[in-house]
Amino acid sequence: MNILLVLGRVVLGGIERLGRAALFLYEILSGSWELVGRFPLVLQQIYGVGVLTLLIILVSGLFVGMVLGLQGYNTLVKFGSANSLGLLVALSLVRELGPVVTALLFAGRAGSALTAEIGLMKATEQLAGMEMMAVNPVTRVIAPRFFGGVVAMPLLAALFSAIGVLGGHIVGVGLLGVDAGPFWSQMQAGVDFHDDILNGVIKSAVFGVVCTWIAVFEGYDAVPTSEGVARATNRTVVYSSLAVLGLDFILTALTLGEI
Amino acid sequence: MNSRKTIEVWVGLFVAAGLLAIAMLAFKVGNLTTADVVDGYTLIAKFNNVGGLKAKAPVTMAGVRIGRVTKISFDNERYMGVVEMQIDGRYKNIPKDTSASILTSGLLGDQYVGLEPGGSEEYLKSNDTIQMTQSAVVLEKLIGQFLFSKASDGDKAK
Repeated sequence: MNILLVLGRVVLGGIERLGRAALFLYEILSGSWELVGRFPLVLQQIYGVGVLTLLIILVSGLFVGMVLGLQGYNTLVKFGSANSLGLLVALSLVRELGPVVTALLFAGRAGSALTAEIGLMKATEQLAGMEMMAVNPVTRVIAPRFFGGVVAMPLLAALFSAIGVLGGHIVGVGLLGVDAGPFWSQMQAGVDFHDDILNGVIKSAVFGVVCTWIAVFEGYDAVPTSEGVARATNRTVVYSSLAVLGLDFILTALTLGEI
Repeated sequence: MNSRKTIEVWVGLFVAAGLLAIAMLAFKVGNLTTADVVDGYTLIAKFNNVGGLKAKAPVTMAGVRIGRVTKISFDNERYMGVVEMQIDGRYKNIPKDTSASILTSGLLGDQYVGLEPGGSEEYLKSNDTIQMTQSAVVLEKLIGQFLFSKASDGDKAK
């Protein structure tokens, strides 16, 4: 009996949170027209979640590209097709690793910071103070952060892929002696703008919405204690990572259209 | 410089770098530059067997890509594969007696259409049909023929 009670409570709680999160997203979006006159607020958040995340994205992208170059070369050379290295590196980065790894890093670096910041604002009753002064905290605090993240993510993912390709070039052409000509020409022949690159951008845009949405909702919904904020931050990273990996499969299946 | 300006400059730099990265992916990594044939014209060729030819496959002459396959359909009366090609508008002087064949780049590579120029003084116009065609080589048939000829050689030797 007790087990059933706990199970029911957990399921109902989960559904209720999901509903609140959806309403919260609606509230953010419906108040977003007020941001037109407050563009500097969004700019500041793009700086916070985008520019400050840049370093970790660039360094990881470079190393992921270099590792792909090394691993890909060792496999391809067995089949005598080391010239396809550029294609392998570019396709895996543009289609999968760019959007996914960027989103995971984004959740860890920017998402957790967003949750902690908003959660602390709630714990120190800054959000309640705003409401006292007839300022809607959702449009003043949450919406700029949300749109900052949504704008920043596709740009970060594109930078990740681009620098990853350069990393693959450094290892493949510079260290392992693959010829630069076929490296780039096979890449250009095999990577389609619409099917591969645009799909990667769409993926990263979806991940941007989902990651930032989870981050701001967890912050806004946090129990206003130091423990509650810690838990909310923890949940942001876990939920974002799971959502990104799950959605990645769905989006890939949809875009490849083979399932 | 006050802090707000600094932030604006950094965000500007970030967005510019991001857009630049997308542009690099599109032009340097992807095939956006070579995807479209500029103001081209259409040629048609009918093959007995198009093999594994796909739309967007390159059309080459003397090994240089001069166009792209746009559509592959089936002629229900003559039971042939109809290949429509878009040829770059810069190359208008393709002789009337040009022959088209479906070739494979490398042993396991993709298939493409190779055009072999004839000697005619007249040139193909838009929507003209190339008369002489050579079908794709189907590897299974080739192996089958090889085995049959080997077997008949063996019979003679006895």
